[in-house]
Amino acid sequence: MILSIALRELRSLFLSPIAWIILAILQALLAWKFLAYIDLFFSLQPQLIKIQNAPGVTDLVVAPLFEFSKLLLLIISPLITMRLISEEKQTGSLQLLLSSPVSMSEIVLGKYLAAVLFFCITILLTALMPLSLSFSTDLDYGKLLAGMLGLFLNITAFVALGLYMSTLTRQPVIAASSTFGLLIMFWIINIAGNTDGTGENFFNYISITQHSTQMLRGIVYGSDIAYFILFCLGFILLSIRQLDSQRLQS
Amino acid sequence: MWTIYPYSLVKRLYAANFLILFCTMSALIQASHLHRYYTDTHAVNDVSIELHQGDILGLLGPNGAGKSSCMQMLCGTLAPSAGHIVINGYDLLTHPGKAKQHIGYLPDKPPLYAELSVDEYLGYAAQLRRIPRTQIKQLRDQAKQRCGLEDYSRRLIGNLSKGYQQRVGIAQAIIHQPDIIILDEPTVGLDPLQMREIRKLIRELGEHHGIILSTHILPEVQAVCNRVQIINRGQSVYNESMQQLLQNSQLKLRLQHAPDINQLEKLPGIESATEIDRGYYILSGKDTHQHAADISASCVAQGWGLLELSPGENSLEQIFLQLTTSEQTSENAA
Repeated sequence: MILSIALRELRSLFLSPIAWIILAILQALLAWKFLAYIDLFFSLQPQLIKIQNAPGVTDLVVAPLFEFSKLLLLIISPLITMRLISEEKQTGSLQLLLSSPVSMSEIVLGKYLAAVLFFCITILLTALMPLSLSFSTDLDYGKLLAGMLGLFLNITAFVALGLYMSTLTRQPVIAASSTFGLLIMFWIINIAGNTDGTGENFFNYISITQHSTQMLRGIVYGSDIAYFILFCLGFILLSIRQLDSQRLQS
Repeated sequence: MWTIYPYSLVKRLYAANFLILFCTMSALIQASHLHRYYTDTHAVNDVSIELHQGDILGLLGPNGAGKSSCMQMLCGTLAPSAGHIVINGYDLLTHPGKAKQHIGYLPDKPPLYAELSVDEYLGYAAQLRRIPRTQIKQLRDQAKQRCGLEDYSRRLIGNLSKGYQQRVGIAQAIIHQPDIIILDEPTVGLDPLQMREIRKLIRELGEHHGIILSTHILPEVQAVCNRVQIINRGQSVYNESMQQLLQNSQLKLRLQHAPDINQLEKLPGIESATEIDRGYYILSGKDTHQHAADISASCVAQGWGLLELSPGENSLEQIFLQLTTSEQTSENAA
C-alpha cells in the first residue's frame, strides 16, 4: 500500500514538468562545477606530485562536488516536498486517501518514500559524473560511497522536514518557504555555538552541517547516522500525528 | 396455565429471535448521537443516521446545515466530537480499515488527480481499497461502463468537462463495489441530461447497495430517494420514508362562493384546511389524492362554485420550508 501511494506520487511528479526541470537544472549546474573542479585539479597537479600522501582526485573533485550538490539539494528539496500533502489538501484529493482503508502512517510513509526515491535519482545522476573519471584514473570508491551515503542521509532529513511542513498548510508555497527557512536554520545553527563558548555542544549537535561534512569527505560516524535517523523519525511521527489531529480539528 | 412447548418449537423461537437480532445488527450504517464542534460552532448536534440494504437516503438541508460534516464523519475523514458509528458491524473508531472497505465516498469536490488518465486514476483508487491486482482491470471496466466512461479511458482527468469529472468521482466511489455509497451533491454542475443519467445510475445502484446522498434539489430527492432526512442547523428535524411523506399529501382548492372553513374540514379524507387567500384553500390529510373525485363531487353538490382542484405544492418542499424557516423566524423574533 505504501508502495502504491509512493508510485502514484512519483508518477504525478514525472508527469508534470517540475521533476524534469529540476533534474535538468541540477545536472547543468553540477556539470559546470564539476568541470571547474577538474580544471583546478589539473592546475594543482604539478604541486601535488611533490607532496607525499597527497590528496587524490576523490578528495579534490568528488568531495567538493558533493558539498556543492548538498547545497543545491537543500535549495531544491522544498520545491518537491511542498506539494506532497498540501496540494492534496487544496485540490481535495486527500479525501480519497482518508476515506480509503489506509492508515495515516501508510499515507505519510508513501509520500515520504516517493520524495526520497526522487532524490535518489538525483544522487545517482550526481555520482555518475565522478564515476566517469574512473576511465582514466583510480577513484577511491569507499570515499565515493560514503559521500553518496552522506547525500542520501541529508536528503532523507530534508524530505522529512519538508513533508511535515506540507502537512501543516494548504498552500504549497507556504510549505516551501517555511521548509526552506527551517533547513537554513538547521544549516547555520552551529554558528551560534561557535561565536561564544556557551551551548556550543548542543547547537553543534543539532546542526545538519556538523553531521554531514565529515561523511561527504568520506568519514562515516555512527553518531552521524543516528542523528539523521532520529531527525527523520521525529518529523515523520510529527507528520502522522498532525494529519491525525487534523481529522479531529479541521 | 402452563403449556409445555415441544423442544423443536422452542428451538425455532430462539432461531427467530436470533434472526431478529441479526436483522437489527445488519444495518449498513448505524450512527448514533453524532456531535461535531468547529471551535465555537456546534455544527452537528445529536444527529443519528441509520441505513439499511436497499435504502436510498436523501440528506436535505440548507447550506451550512451540517450535511457534509455528517457525511464526512460517516466516511471517517472527519472525527466526530462525540457519538458512535458502526459500519456493517465494524466500529469506525476501533476498526477503521475494515469499516472503510465497505464505503465508497464522493465528497462535494471530487477527489481527482488532474494529471492522471481515467484508467490510471481508477486503478489507483482500486489499489487504495486493497483490491487484488488480478481483479482491478475487471472492476475498473465495470465501473467505467456503469458511469458511461468507456470512451474516456485514456483521457487526462484535468481535460475532462465538469460533468465527466463528476462521473469519474462516482466511478471511484463504486469501483470496489462497496455496500455503502455516500454521495455529497452528486449532480451539482451537471447538465439536465447528465443529471437524469446520474439519477438513473443512483437508482440502479440502490438496488444492491445502501446509498446516502445529499442535495438541495428537492425534486431530485423525490425522484431518487426512498427515505428523507432533513438536517437544519446541525439537528435532524425530519426522518421519514418517502411513502409516508407522500401519504400526507395536499390539495389546492379554489371556490367561488367561500363556505365556512369548518365545512371544508368535513370533506372526505381531509383533516385540516387553511385559507391562503379569499376562496383559496390548502387541504391536507392522508391520501387526499385518492379522495379528489369525492371532494369535487361534494363541492359541486353544495353549490360552492368549484373553480380549481389540483394536487398541492410539492409536499416535500413544503415540509422542507416549514422545518427550515420556522425555527429561524422564531429565533429572529426572540
